[in-house]
Amino acid sequence: MSQSTAATAEHYTSTGLPSRKILMWTFIGSECMLFGSLLITYLVYKGKSVVGPYPEELLNIPFITVTTFVLLMSSLMMVLALAAVQRGDMKWGKVWLLMTALLGIVFLSGQIYEFSHFVHEGLTLKTNLFGGSFFLLTGTHGAHVTVGVIWLLSLFGMATRGRLTQADAETVEIAGLYWHFVDVVWIVLFTVIYLLV
Amino acid sequence: MAVTGALASDAARAEKSPHRGAYSGGLWSWITTVDHKRIGIMYALSAFFFFLVGGLEALLIRIQLAGPNGTVIDADLYNQLFTMHGTTMVFLAIMPLSAAFFNFIVPLQIGARDVAFPRLNALSFWVFFLGALFLNASFLFGGAPDAGWFGYANLTSSQYSPGIRIDFWVIGLLVLGVSSIAAALNFIVTIINLRCPGMTPMRMPLFTWMTLVTSFLLVMAFPAITVGLVLLMFDRMFGTLFFNPAAGGDVLLWQHLFWIFGHPEVYILLLPALGAVSEIVPVFSRKPLFGYPFVVYSGVLIAFLGFGVWAHHMFSVGLGPIANTVFSAATMLIAIPTGVKIFNWIATMWGGSLRFRTPMLFAIGFIAMFIIGGLSGIMHSSAASDLQQTDTYFVVAHIHYVLFGGVIFALFAALYYWIPKITGRLLHEGLGKIHFWVMLIAFNLTFFPQHFLGLHGMPRRTFTYQEGLGFEAMNLMSTVGSLLLGASTLIFLWNFIRSIRKGEPAGTDPWEAATLEWSISSPPPHYNFRSLPEVHSRDPLWAVDTSDSVPGDDPARPEPHMPSPSYYPVVLALGIVGLAAGGLTQALPVVFLGVAVMLFGIYGWAFEPLER
Amino acid sequence: MRMRHAAARLAAAAALLVSGCGGPFPQSALDPASDFAWKLQDLFQGIFIWAVVVFVVVEAALLVAIFRFRERRGGPATRVVHGNTLLEISWTLAPALVLMMIAVPTIRTIWEVDRPPVREAIVVEVTGHQWWWEVRYPDLGIFTANELHVPVGETVDVRLTSADVIHSFWLPRLGGKRDALPGHETRLWFTVDSAGTYLGQCAEFCGLSHALMKMRLVAEEPQAFEQWVAGQLEDAVVPDTGLAFTGSQTFVQTGCMACHRVAGTPAQGVLGPDLTHIGSRQTIAAGVLENSPSDMARWLADPQAVKPGAKMVIPELTDEQIEALSAYLDGLR
Repeated sequence: MSQSTAATAEHYTSTGLPSRKILMWTFIGSECMLFGSLLITYLVYKGKSVVGPYPEELLNIPFITVTTFVLLMSSLMMVLALAAVQRGDMKWGKVWLLMTALLGIVFLSGQIYEFSHFVHEGLTLKTNLFGGSFFLLTGTHGAHVTVGVIWLLSLFGMATRGRLTQADAETVEIAGLYWHFVDVVWIVLFTVIYLLV
Repeated sequence: MAVTGALASDAARAEKSPHRGAYSGGLWSWITTVDHKRIGIMYALSAFFFFLVGGLEALLIRIQLAGPNGTVIDADLYNQLFTMHGTTMVFLAIMPLSAAFFNFIVPLQIGARDVAFPRLNALSFWVFFLGALFLNASFLFGGAPDAGWFGYANLTSSQYSPGIRIDFWVIGLLVLGVSSIAAALNFIVTIINLRCPGMTPMRMPLFTWMTLVTSFLLVMAFPAITVGLVLLMFDRMFGTLFFNPAAGGDVLLWQHLFWIFGHPEVYILLLPALGAVSEIVPVFSRKPLFGYPFVVYSGVLIAFLGFGVWAHHMFSVGLGPIANTVFSAATMLIAIPTGVKIFNWIATMWGGSLRFRTPMLFAIGFIAMFIIGGLSGIMHSSAASDLQQTDTYFVVAHIHYVLFGGVIFALFAALYYWIPKITGRLLHEGLGKIHFWVMLIAFNLTFFPQHFLGLHGMPRRTFTYQEGLGFEAMNLMSTVGSLLLGASTLIFLWNFIRSIRKGEPAGTDPWEAATLEWSISSPPPHYNFRSLPEVHSRDPLWAVDTSDSVPGDDPARPEPHMPSPSYYPVVLALGIVGLAAGGLTQALPVVFLGVAVMLFGIYGWAFEPLER
Repeated sequence: MRMRHAAARLAAAAALLVSGCGGPFPQSALDPASDFAWKLQDLFQGIFIWAVVVFVVVEAALLVAIFRFRERRGGPATRVVHGNTLLEISWTLAPALVLMMIAVPTIRTIWEVDRPPVREAIVVEVTGHQWWWEVRYPDLGIFTANELHVPVGETVDVRLTSADVIHSFWLPRLGGKRDALPGHETRLWFTVDSAGTYLGQCAEFCGLSHALMKMRLVAEEPQAFEQWVAGQLEDAVVPDTGLAFTGSQTFVQTGCMACHRVAGTPAQGVLGPDLTHIGSRQTIAAGVLENSPSDMARWLADPQAVKPGAKMVIPELTDEQIEALSAYLDGLR
C-alpha cells in the first residue's frame, strides 16, 4: 500500500467503510444520550405536576397511534427509496424519497395539531412540569423529524435535477440511517409517554 | 494571530527546514484553512491565551484571599472571577489545548494526510473560538456569569440570578458543546478509519488511543449537560418550571445531569494528558512502553467507570446509604486502572536510560503530582469521610493536583515535546528546566496548604474569611505561590517566543522518538506524507521488531491532492454564534439573521467542490 | 475515648507541623467534638495513613527509577522489555487490597452515620435563607436564628430545608455537612461531647454573600440548656421608658416589624430572623458581627456594607434612630 499512488490512497480507509457512515453511527450514539437525558427528565417529573392538566386527561392514544403508524410507514418508504437508488432506478427512487418526506410531513402535522389542541386545553410550557417536559421531549423529536424532512426534500430536489445518481447511494443510505433512527426514537417515546401513561 | 504571523514568516526563513513557508499565507489563508495542522496551531494559541486569562482570574482571586477581610475585589467580582476561572480553564484552556494536540499530532501519528472531515474540523475550531469570545464578552455587558462553573439550580434561575449573566453562561456552553461534539465525532472517525496500512488498534500510539477514548467520552457525556442547559434556558427564557421547587421541580435533577457530564469531563481533561505522558516517558527512557495493552485498557476502563460515579459529587445532598455505598465503591475502583498506569510508567523508566530533557522533567513532575491528586481523590471517594471535605479547600487542592499538577504539567510536557515538530525549532533547554523547577515549587506552595485549609474548615467559593479562624498564614503562602506560578508561565512564554525567533532548527526527529510524526520534516509539509507509511510494530521508527516501511519525503513523487480551503466553516460558525447572540438578547431579527447565515453556510458547504 | 482524643491531638499536631503555621483552628474538622465528627475523623485517619503509605512507596519507586537509571555514558544498553503479566496482575491486586482496607470502614461508617437516632432526640428545624439560618425547635416552641443551643450528651436531630437556593449546614467540629435543599428535607444528627461554642458556615455556594453565612452552636450542660429554653420561651420584655422604649417605637415606625417577629409585641413578620431574644445571641448578621451596640449600629447604618446583597430592606436612619434601635434590640434578651 505504501507504493500506491496518491489518488488511490485518497480513498483508502482502515475499516473499508465510508467515513461518513461511521460519522452518522457515532452521531446516533450521541443522540441516544440526548434523547435518553430528555426521557429521564420526563420520567423524573412524571406525576410531579402540582396543577393540571395531567397527561391522562389530554393524551389521545388512538390519534397518536395513527401518526405513529404513518411514521413507521415512512421508514418503509425510505427502505424502498434506498433500494431503488442502489439499483439505479432514479425514477422510483425519487417517488419513494418524496413519499418518505410526505409521510414525515403528515406526522409533523399530527404533532402540530396535538400541540395546538393541548395549548387550547390549557397546557403550555409554563403550565406545569408535564407541559414543560412533554413539549420539550416531543418537540425535540419533532425538530429532528423536521431536519429529516428537509434533508429528504433536498435529496429529492437534487435527484430531480439529476445531481443525485446511483453513485450517490451512500448519501441516501446515510440520510436513511438518520431517518430510521428518528423513527426508532419515536417508538420509544410513544411507548413511554402514551402507552405507559 | 500576531504570533502566528511571526511564526509563519520565521518558519519561512528557517534555513534547514525543507518545507519553507509551511505556514505562510495571509490572515485569510488561516481563516479559510482546513489543514489540521493550522487548525491545531490556532487551537493551541487561543487555548494558551485563555489559559493566561484564566490564570489572571486566579491571581486576582488569590490576591483577594491573601489576608482576612480582603478588599481588593468585592464579592460580586469575586464570584464572577471564580466562576469564569473554572469555566475558562475547563472549556477554554485545557480542552482546546488537548484539541490542539489531537489536531496536530493524531493524524501524523496514524500516518494520515488530514482528519476525516477537514471542514468539520475547521467548523469545530471556529465555533469554539467565537463561543469563547462570546462567553468572555459577558465581562463587557453587565458582568460575567457568577453562579460557579457547575451552575447549580436553582441559584441560576431568573429569580435568584436576574439579568443576562447566566444566559451568557448557558448559551456559551451550548455553543462550546456543539464544537466539542463535532470535533470528537471527527476524531473518532479519523482514528477508526484513517490509520495507515498495518496500524492495527494495538499498534496505535497511546496518545492516539487516549484521543479516541476521550472523543467517545465527549460524544456520550456532552448530551447530558446539553439537556441540563436546555432545561435551564427554557426556565429562564420561556418560564418553564423544571428547577422551580414550588411547582414540584427538583433542584437535584440539575446536579445529576451536570455530573453525568461533569465526571466524564474530568477524564476528558485527564486522558489526553495520560496519553501524552505515555508517549514521552518511553522516548526519554529509551525503552518501549511497559505493558502497552494494560496501559491502553486501563484508559478505556477509566472512561467506562467514569460514567458510573457521578453522584460522588453529591455525597452531601443525602442520597441515602445505598447510593452512597455504590458510588463510593465505584469511585474507588477507578483507582485501580489509574494505579496500573502509574506503575507501568515507572516500570517503563525502570531499566531504561533516562534523559532528563524538559519534556521528561514535566512528565515525571506530572507522575509525582498526579499521585498526590489521586490519593486525595481516594479520600474523597469515601462518602462518609467526604462529608467533611466536600465543598472545602481540600477539594480545591485535590482538583488542582489532578488538573494542574496532573494535566497542566502533562500538557507542558507535551508542548515541550511537540513544539519542535510544530514550529520546526527547539525550545531552550535551560529556560525549560528553570520553568519546570519554578513551576513545581510554586505549584506545591500554592496548593499543598489548601489541603489543610480545607481540613481546618475553610469552605471553597468564599470571597473572604474572617480573622481568628487560623486561615491567614496558609492563605498567604498560597497567594505567594500563585504569583510565583504566574511568573513561571512567563518563563515559558519567553522561551517560546525566543524559540520562534532564534531557536535551533529541530530537524526531523530531535528526540529520537518512535512514532510516525517524527518521520517527516518539522514542520511537516502540508500534505504530511507524500506516500502513506506502512507499519508493522508499535514503534515504527525504532524498528525493533520488524522493518517498517516509513518512506521519507521523495520529491520525485507527485504531491498528493489536499482539500481546498473553505470559508463556509467560519460562516457557519458566525451564524451559530449570531443565533446565540439572538437568543441572549431575545431579539428576533438577530435570531433570524443568525439562522440565515447558518443556512447560507450549510448550503454552500453541501455544494462546495471538495478538491482544488 | 481518651485514646481517641490523644490520637486526634496527635493528628492535628502533625497536620499543623506539615501545614507549618497558623492556628488555633476553632472551625477545624480535625478537632472533633461529637460522635458524628469522631466517626468521620476515625475513618479519615485510617484512609490518611493508607494514603501516606501508598504515597511513600510509589514516590520512592519513582525516585529510585530516576536516580538509578539516569543515562550514563558507556552504560549498559537498555533491555527491550514489553511487559510482564505477573507484575501487571500484582499491581492490579495490590491497590485492590488497599482499597478493600479503605472500603470496609467506609461502608460501615456510611451506614452508621445514616442510621436515624434510636433514642429520643431534640429536633431542630433549620431553614437556609440568603444569607442566614432560621432555627426552630418544634417540640419546644422556640424560634431563633443563626445560633443553635443544645444540651451536651443529648442527640440533636437537625431537619434541613431551604427557603430559596441550596445551602449546606456545616459545623466542622460536630460532623460532616448536609445540604439544605429547597423542596427537600434532609437530616443529620449528632451528640455533642463537651460544652463549648462551635463555629460553622454555609458550605454550598449560595450567591453573593455565601462567605458571610455563618452559624454557631452552643453546647451547654443540661441545666444551662433548660435555662436557655425557659428564657427563649418567654415573650419579649418591652421597655416602657428610656432609649430602649424610643427604639421599640422606631422599630414599629421604620417598618422593621414587617419582616421581623418580636413575640409579645405587634411585630409578627416572618421574612427575617426572629428578634424576640436577639440580645441573648452572641453574634448578629449571621455570625459576621459581634452582638454589641456599636456593631449593631454598623449593621443598621448600612447592611450592604457589612453583607453585600443582604435582603434586609431598611430606610436610611438617623444616628438617633440607630442608637435607639440598638438599645431596644440589645435589651431583647
